[in-house]
Amino acid sequence: MSATAHQPTRPDSQHHTEPDPHRPPPASARALWRLRAYVRPHAAVMIASLFAAVIAIGLSLTIPLVIRELIDGPIADGDRGTLLVLGLLAIGLGVLEALFIWFRRWVQSAAIFDIESALRRDLYARLQELPMAFHAKWQSGQLLSRVTTDLTAIRMFAGFGAIFLVVNILQLITVTALLLHMYWPLGLVVAASAVPIVWLSMRFEKAYTVVTRRVQDEQGDLATLVEEASVGYRVIRSFGRAGYAADGFDRAADALYRTSLEKVRISARFWSFLGVVPNLAVVVVLLLGARAVGEGELTFGTLVAFITLMLSLVWPVTVLGVILAMAQEAMTASARVFEIFDTEPAIVGGVREVADPRGHLRFEGVEFRFPDQDPDEPSILRGLDLDVVPGETVAVVGATGSGKTALTALVPRLYDVTSGRVTIDGVDVRDLTLPHLRSLVATAFEEPVLFSMSARENIALGRPDATDTEVAEAIDVAQAGFVHDLPFGLDTRIGEQGMSLSGGQRQRLALARAVLAQPKVLVLDDTLSALDVHTEALVEEALRRVLSDTTAVIVAHRASTVLLADKVALLQDGRITHVGQHRDLLAHVPAYRALLTSEDSLAGASS
Amino acid sequence: MSAPTTDWRGRVEGEEVDQVTAGRLARESRALLGDLLRPYRSLLWLVLAIVVIENAARLAIPYLVKVGIDSGIPPIRETGDAGVLNAVVAAVLVATILQAVTRQMFLRMSGRIGQGVLLELRRRTFRHFGSLSPAFHDEYTSGRAISRQTSDMDTINEMLETGFDGLVSAVLTLIGTTVLLLVLDVQLGLVALLCLPFLALLTNWFRLASSRAYRRTRETIAGVIVQFVETMGGVRAVQAFRRERRNAELFAELNDDNRAANLKAFRLIVWFMPGIKLIGNLTIGVVLLYGGYLALEGEVTVGVLAAFLLYLRQFFEPMMEISQFYNTFQSASAALEKISGVLAEEPEVAEPDDPVGLGRERTPGELGLEGVQFAYVDGAPVLPGLDLTVPAGQTVALVGTTGAGKTTIAKLLARFYDPSAGRVVLDGVDLRDLREHDLRRSVVMVTQENYLFSGTISDNIRFGRPDARGEEVEAAARAVGADGFIRALPEGYATRVANQGGRLSAGQRQLVAFARAFLADPAVLILDEATSSLDIPSERLVQQALRTVLAGRTSVIIAHRLSTVEIADRVLVLEHGRVVEDGTPADLVAADDGRYADLHRAWLDSLA
Repeated sequence: MSATAHQPTRPDSQHHTEPDPHRPPPASARALWRLRAYVRPHAAVMIASLFAAVIAIGLSLTIPLVIRELIDGPIADGDRGTLLVLGLLAIGLGVLEALFIWFRRWVQSAAIFDIESALRRDLYARLQELPMAFHAKWQSGQLLSRVTTDLTAIRMFAGFGAIFLVVNILQLITVTALLLHMYWPLGLVVAASAVPIVWLSMRFEKAYTVVTRRVQDEQGDLATLVEEASVGYRVIRSFGRAGYAADGFDRAADALYRTSLEKVRISARFWSFLGVVPNLAVVVVLLLGARAVGEGELTFGTLVAFITLMLSLVWPVTVLGVILAMAQEAMTASARVFEIFDTEPAIVGGVREVADPRGHLRFEGVEFRFPDQDPDEPSILRGLDLDVVPGETVAVVGATGSGKTALTALVPRLYDVTSGRVTIDGVDVRDLTLPHLRSLVATAFEEPVLFSMSARENIALGRPDATDTEVAEAIDVAQAGFVHDLPFGLDTRIGEQGMSLSGGQRQRLALARAVLAQPKVLVLDDTLSALDVHTEALVEEALRRVLSDTTAVIVAHRASTVLLADKVALLQDGRITHVGQHRDLLAHVPAYRALLTSEDSLAGASS
Repeated sequence: MSAPTTDWRGRVEGEEVDQVTAGRLARESRALLGDLLRPYRSLLWLVLAIVVIENAARLAIPYLVKVGIDSGIPPIRETGDAGVLNAVVAAVLVATILQAVTRQMFLRMSGRIGQGVLLELRRRTFRHFGSLSPAFHDEYTSGRAISRQTSDMDTINEMLETGFDGLVSAVLTLIGTTVLLLVLDVQLGLVALLCLPFLALLTNWFRLASSRAYRRTRETIAGVIVQFVETMGGVRAVQAFRRERRNAELFAELNDDNRAANLKAFRLIVWFMPGIKLIGNLTIGVVLLYGGYLALEGEVTVGVLAAFLLYLRQFFEPMMEISQFYNTFQSASAALEKISGVLAEEPEVAEPDDPVGLGRERTPGELGLEGVQFAYVDGAPVLPGLDLTVPAGQTVALVGTTGAGKTTIAKLLARFYDPSAGRVVLDGVDLRDLREHDLRRSVVMVTQENYLFSGTISDNIRFGRPDARGEEVEAAARAVGADGFIRALPEGYATRVANQGGRLSAGQRQLVAFARAFLADPAVLILDEATSSLDIPSERLVQQALRTVLAGRTSVIIAHRLSTVEIADRVLVLEHGRVVEDGTPADLVAADDGRYADLHRAWLDSLA
C-alpha cells in the first residue's frame, strides 16, 4: 500500500528521469492513444460493435417516430389495419434493438478481456526484466495496483466508455437534428439546454478529480496506519499503546470522513442538476408544444414523439459525465502503465558465452553506487580489486553497510558496476548473455525467497531438469532433510500460499537451490545466519565437499563460516584492504578482529 | 515438464466457508449493520420520506404531461384559453424543482449516513484488532488484517458511493410505476404488468448465476495477485536463477484463468441487459398495440397512452443498471461479513472484571510462575508445570534448545497468552487481575522485530511514553548510547524513518527500540532474542546499552548469543519446559559436565 504523505522528501528527486513511484504521471490522451497497439488485433470486432451500437441507437430512435405515425394516423382516423401494422413494426424494431445490443456486447466481450490480459501479461514480462535498481525503488504493492486497478480502468473504458463516448455524441447530434426538423422552436430549446450541461460537466469533472485525488491520498495514509498497526502489533501490545494508536487512526479516519463528505456534496449537486435540466426542458416543451398543438401547428403524435425522443436524451447526457470521468481515469491508468513499458531495462545481456568456463572471477577497479543514491554520499564500492582463481573460496568480511551485499549482486548482474569491471574467465560479465552468465553464477541470498510451489520446484529453480538424485544430494548438503517430513514430502506446496517454514529452514532451502544449480561461481550472502550452532556445523561440513571444486564468494559474520574459505578479504571503505589467512588477519589487523570477535579477551584466547 | 498445478499439494485452505457458518456470518453482518445504523434511526426515516417525495415528484411528471395533453390542449383549441395548460406547466416546474431539491438532500444525507457508518466501522475494526490477543494475530496474519481494513473497507465505500442510490431508486421506481400504471388505466396497466413475471425470472437467474461466476473471478484474480507479488517480491531470485520464462508460463496460465472467469461473468450481463431491453421493448410494443386499439375505440385518451410510454421507459432503465452495481453490492456484503466475523472474535486475553490496582508508584517487579502449564496444541504441553520466582531487580537469562519453552515463558510474562493452569504473578498479583494499562506500564517486552513506525526517530522513541518531553527522549537515547548516531543523521532526532526503518542498520534500529523501552521505564523488561540478528560490532554497541537498560529493573533475557547471556545475574537452562540448570553464569560454566558449560565451549569454538 503506498502512502505518499509519509515518504521522506529527497532533495535530489528532480534529477530523476526515471519514473517516481510516489508521483503519479499526468493523465494525457496521448497515453490512451498509445494503447492502440493492443486494440489493433481486435479492430474488426471493435468496429463491428461500434456499428452495432449505432444501429441499436438508430432503432431505438425510430420507435418514437412509429408512435407518432400511430397516433396521428390510425388512432386519429380509426384505421385498425394500419394500427396492427404499425404496432407490429414497433415490436419488430424493439426486438431488433435488443438483438443488436446483445450482438455488440457479445462480440466485444472476448476482445476487451483479451486486451486486458495481454496488457497484464506484457507488464509482468517487462517487470521481470527490469533490474533490481528499479525494484528496490518500487514496492510490489505499487506495481500490483498497476496490473489490477489500472488495467480494470482501461478495460472499462475500452469496453464501454470509448464506444459510448462516440455513440452518445452521435445520438445527441442525431436527436437534436431530428427535433429541430420536427419543430424547430422546440428543437432549439433542447439544443440550448445542452450548453449548461456540458459546461457544468467540465467544471464538475475538475472539482471531482481534485477531491478524488485527496480521498485517495487520505485512504493511503489510513492504509499506512493500518499496516503499521498490524505488522507492529506486538510492539504496540507490548507497550500497551493500542489506545494511542487508535487515537491516531481516528484522526486520520476523521480527515478521510470529512473529505468524503466533500466529495458527496460535490457529486450530489452535480447529479441533481443533471436530473433537473431535462425536466426543465419538458416544462418548456410542454408549454410551447401543447400550445402549438392547440393552435394546430403541431400534431398530437409529433408532440408525444417529441417528448419521448427528448427524454431518450436523459440517459446519454447523464452518462456523459460518467464516461468523461472514466476517460480521465483510463488516461491516468494508461500513463501509469506506459511508465513501466517506457522504463528500458538498464541491464541487458551481451552476446558472448564462455565456451569452457572454469570460474575465474575478478573484480577490477570496481566502483559502485546505487542509482538513486544521494550525490553527496560516497560510493558504496570505490576501486575494489579482488581475484578469485578457479576452485578457490574467498570469504568477504566487512562491517554492516560496507557493501558486501552490493559486491555479491554485481556478479550475476543484479546491479551493474558504476565503473571498473567484473570478469569471469577474463570476459566482462556485461559482454555475456544474461542466461549464460546467470547459469554460471548461483547465489544464496541472506533473505531467502521461496515461491508458492512445491519444495522440489523451489529447490530446482535454477535447474528444472535436475534428477531426483541430484536434488537429494543438494538437500543433503544444505541439511534440508526436513522437506521429506513435510505432509507431501518434496511435492508439498510451500511459500506464500502453502506451508510456512522457519527462517533457518528457508535459508537451508535457498542454499540447496544454489548448490543444485551447479554453478561455476557460487555466491553465499551470509546464508547461514539463522541456523543454530549445531546445524551450522553440519552444513559447513557438507559444504566443504561442494566448495572444493567450485569458485565461491562467501559473505560471513562468524568466524566459523570464515573458516570454510581458502582466504579472507576484508572490505573496508569500499575497498578490499586486506587479503590473507584468517589467523593472520586476526593477529595483525585490529579492524578485522573488531568484526569477528565480541570481546578482546576471547580474541586473545583463540589466537 | 508436467503441468505446474498438478505437482503441488498442500495448498492452504481458502476462505471458503460451509453453509452453517455462512448463515451465521450473514446474520452477524446484518446485526452489525443494524447496530451501526442505530444512531441514524430518526435520520433514516427522514431520508426515507425525502426519497419517497423525490420519486413521487419524478413520477408525477409523465402524469402531468398526460393531464397537459388531455385537459390542457382542448381549451386552447376551443377558446384559446391556456389557463389549464399554464397551471399544468407550473405544476411540472414545481415537481422538477422539488425533485432537484429532494434529490440533492437525499444524496447528501445518505452520503453522510453512509460515510458515518463507514467511519464507525473503521474505528471499531481498528480498535478491535488492537484488543484481540496475540494468539489471534499469529493465526490471522497481518496480511489478512490489513486487507480487512483496506480493500474490504474500500469495497463497502464503493457500494455506498454508487450502489445504494441505484438500488433505492430502482426499488421505488418499480413500486411507484406499478401503482401509477394501474391508476392511469387498470386494463392497460394489467397488460403492461404482464412483463413482471418474466422480469422476475430473468433477474433471479442472473442473481444466482452471477454470484457463482463472480466468486470464480475473485478466486482467479487472487491467484494472479499472489503470483505477481511473489515474483516482484523475490525478483532478485527470479533473475539470478533465470526463472523469468517459467514464471511467464505460470503467469500466463493464471492470467488466462482470470480472463476466462471474467469473460464468463461478463457474458451473463451480455444476456441479461439485452434480455431486459427485449422485455421492455416488447411491453412497449404490446402497450402501443393494445393502447392504440383502446384509444381508437375511445376508451383511453392519447394523453394516457403517452404517459404509459413514458412510464415504461422509466421502469426498465433502473432494471438494467442493477446488473452494473450488482457485483459491487455482492462484494460489499461479502466484505461486511468478513469484518463482522472479526468483530465477533472475543479477545482471549480479557480485561479483569474486578481489577487490582498497582498504585501510581512503580511496582518493585518480583515475578513468579506458580505451577504454570501451557500448550499451543492440546495434548502437546510446552510447559508441563513450571514454578519459578524472579526477585525484583534480578536479570535472568533463559537458555535452551528450540522448543524448550523460552519464548512461551516470555509471552506468558508479558500476558500475550494466559496459562492453561497455574498463575503468573507480578508482585503477588495475578496478571489476569491487572488492568491492561497497569500491566503494560509495568511489563514491556522487546523482540527482534524492533518495528519502527513511520514518523521521526523522536516519535519512535516517544512511543514508549507519549507524553515525554524532548529532553527526556534525548536523555533516553543517550542512556542507551543511541544519541551519537542519531545526531549524525541528516536531521537528527527529526529524521523520518520509513516503515522498514529506512537506512538505519539493524543495530541502530535495535538501539532505538531500547531507547523506547528505557523511556517507558517498566519495572519488568523482557528481551526475546532482541540481539540475535545483529552482527558482532552492532552487538557490542547494544551490549553496553543493555547494561544501562537492565539496571534497576527485573529482566528476563532470551538469547542464543552467549555474550548476551553473560551479563545476567542468573541463568536458567530449560529443557522440555523444565528448568534443568539454575545458577550464575560463572557457576554454571565451572560445573564442567553441565549443559551450559557445553554450550559455552561450543560457543568459544565458533569464535575461533
